[in-house]
Amino acid sequence: MISQISAVTSINLRSIPQRWGMSLATILSIALVVGVLLGFLAMANGFRATVSGTGSESIAVLLRSGSQAELNSDFGRDTVRLIETAPGVARDEDGAAILSAELYVITDATKRSTGNDASLSLRGVDDMAPRLRENFELVEGRMFAEGSNEIVVGEGVLREFSGFELNSTIRMGPNEWRVVGVFSTGGSVFDSEIWADIGTVQNLYQRGASYQSIRVQLDGETGLTELQDYAENEPRLDLDVTTEKEFFAQSAGGLSNLIMYLGWPLAIIMAVGALAGAWNAMYASVDSRVREIATLRTLGFSGFAAFVGTLVESLLLAFIGGLVGALITYFVFDGVSASTMGGSFTQVVFSFAVTIQSVISGVVLALIVGLFGGFFPALRASRVPLLEVHG
Amino acid sequence: MNDLTLIRKSLFRKKTRAILLILSIMTAFLIFGALASIDRVLNSSEELSRADRLVTVNKINFTQTMPYAYWGRVGAVEGVQAVTHASWFGGYYQDVRNFVQAFAVDVDTYLEVYPELVMPADQRAALSERRDCVAVGADLAEQYGWAVGDRFPLSSNIWRQADGSSAWDVEVCAIMTIPDQELPTNYLLMQYDYYNEALAFNRDQIGWMILLTGDPANNDAVSERIDTLFANSPAETETTTEAAFSQAFVEQLGNIGLILSLVVGAAFATILMIVGTTMVMAINERTKEVGVMKTLGFSSTRIFTHVLSESVLLSLVGGLLGLGAAVLLLGGIAEVAGGQLPGLGVGRETWIQALGLMLAFGLLTGFVPAVNAMRLKIVEALGKD
Repeated sequence: MISQISAVTSINLRSIPQRWGMSLATILSIALVVGVLLGFLAMANGFRATVSGTGSESIAVLLRSGSQAELNSDFGRDTVRLIETAPGVARDEDGAAILSAELYVITDATKRSTGNDASLSLRGVDDMAPRLRENFELVEGRMFAEGSNEIVVGEGVLREFSGFELNSTIRMGPNEWRVVGVFSTGGSVFDSEIWADIGTVQNLYQRGASYQSIRVQLDGETGLTELQDYAENEPRLDLDVTTEKEFFAQSAGGLSNLIMYLGWPLAIIMAVGALAGAWNAMYASVDSRVREIATLRTLGFSGFAAFVGTLVESLLLAFIGGLVGALITYFVFDGVSASTMGGSFTQVVFSFAVTIQSVISGVVLALIVGLFGGFFPALRASRVPLLEVHG
Repeated sequence: MNDLTLIRKSLFRKKTRAILLILSIMTAFLIFGALASIDRVLNSSEELSRADRLVTVNKINFTQTMPYAYWGRVGAVEGVQAVTHASWFGGYYQDVRNFVQAFAVDVDTYLEVYPELVMPADQRAALSERRDCVAVGADLAEQYGWAVGDRFPLSSNIWRQADGSSAWDVEVCAIMTIPDQELPTNYLLMQYDYYNEALAFNRDQIGWMILLTGDPANNDAVSERIDTLFANSPAETETTTEAAFSQAFVEQLGNIGLILSLVVGAAFATILMIVGTTMVMAINERTKEVGVMKTLGFSSTRIFTHVLSESVLLSLVGGLLGLGAAVLLLGGIAEVAGGQLPGLGVGRETWIQALGLMLAFGLLTGFVPAVNAMRLKIVEALGKD
């Protein structure tokens, strides 16, 4: 039985070159289907990895209650003072709270790809901010000096926007800024931001002594609940307290889900189209070998062997197609830098990420196409009417 | 038997094959129909724009506000026929997830600058009478089931009243529509005075201004005058046409047009290969028949036309079914999405493009087999095994 199957299969496979046109069309069409799917998944995964992948459980983000996004939030110096002495906040050796109160404004900058203006986040911070970002690293230059018109920019900003090269001067709105450093936070959303001294930002943007968010290092596992309880019961506070991980997950969800929800149905609809291709190719394969198959059957080969032979041919074509699609997507898209509008209307720079899981889903989709496309032709191969063919 | 019957019979001689081909053409046109209308919805704000309408925003970014006094100063600029202002309210209804696109505006001038917004005369009159009256777009009203006379608290995720509350009590006094155009009316207009007087912070600031120049030829001069007026002030401005402003906003999402074109391109490349090779194969199978037809006196041109018509017919059947499926699908999505995706549907332009694509696709896939059949020599055809 096994020898029969392998004999028929090898005849099938070796005859593929005779029908190279149909076979190639099948392989390429399946490759395109898989390519489209993986393209979308790479976009969704890349965006998600940037926006939510880096959120920490041990850092809390505090915003004015109900504001949902940093852009909408607003509170004064008194709130920051209360949090500095609040329970649940980690302290350093000197007993000072590990906390960063920040201001967040949006500014326009020129995108390299289109030459058009797009919105970027300009964050006013003090020297505590780097301590509340895991993986923060100054790649080039130095930090800004307190009270100066100096900025440091994230790697993503440098990559996607023009005019932010080290030591250059850039005009944003009515103000001129000097780029004195480039930082990286390991591909997180902060790499798409510009940081400047908080006092300067408050001044230039007429924000008085107001802040929009506080990031704190949580003290141990109970830190979060202690801080949340405190924020809720202290009448002078009007804040929402969430972990950074949760905060990012909220802001990432929408867009990456949208991309996924768009990518999968598109790929499935295209797969139905490609299915017809595989089906036709396999019918052609069976038709052109009717005589051979009938001869084999007469010689005592079973119908099942003929069935498996055809199905394997179909699956192989689909598998090659899936692999070709995955490889092309990997070489064309993996690591490609792009930017889109994230929460708060500002640009988030991310890289396409072709992951192993998505490659597997792509190949599985290809194999499903091959399986359905090959099934009925294979059934037909197993039922070739011997008398008619030889008659 | 006339030519058309002959074409139809040859097309469906292998039923499964014909149905499969139609199915695969259908998928490509379904994708085309759906994506083209998504693209159209995303760019619908551009259609809405009027050539002589300009938008003035804070030069730093459109989310930065500017002083209320700017409104009056722009009104005095030479070449400005009418000017109004608006502020982003960050609205939601009951739950933060029920987003409401709400603007605080000066109603009288707003309706002057957006004359396409219409409402019944009595509702229009009522709107100006009370400060807590709001005008709701028909699409938005449908989404939340609001009718004239309904009162509800409209919450803001940005603004606070001096008393700490973040909700403004409003009453629906008018329902706005845009007649004759498939444009979305998914927003709400509240009155600036009512909003501004209660603000705890950022009082007497406006978000942006919209103005009419009367003639697109004046646009550049007027923009220049406005931006010069506020140069070197703490809130410098940037004035562009409404179309350019909305285009820039959509572009911030990324090059959506390019992504959609790539997908549609991939879908068409897929079926082009499949249908093309299958058609070649199908005609090859009929070599002998073509020989017989030629022997019977069918001219080469007639055979050429037959084969070409066959592929065009195939493409038309598949394409029309595909667009039909797109209409159903988009109808379903629009139903599920409520008023959030107004104007979703296959537009006339898309139909025309699709018909052109169907013809081109049919001709393209049929050309090679048609030429083969035309050139076929009777002796070779009949001698073929």
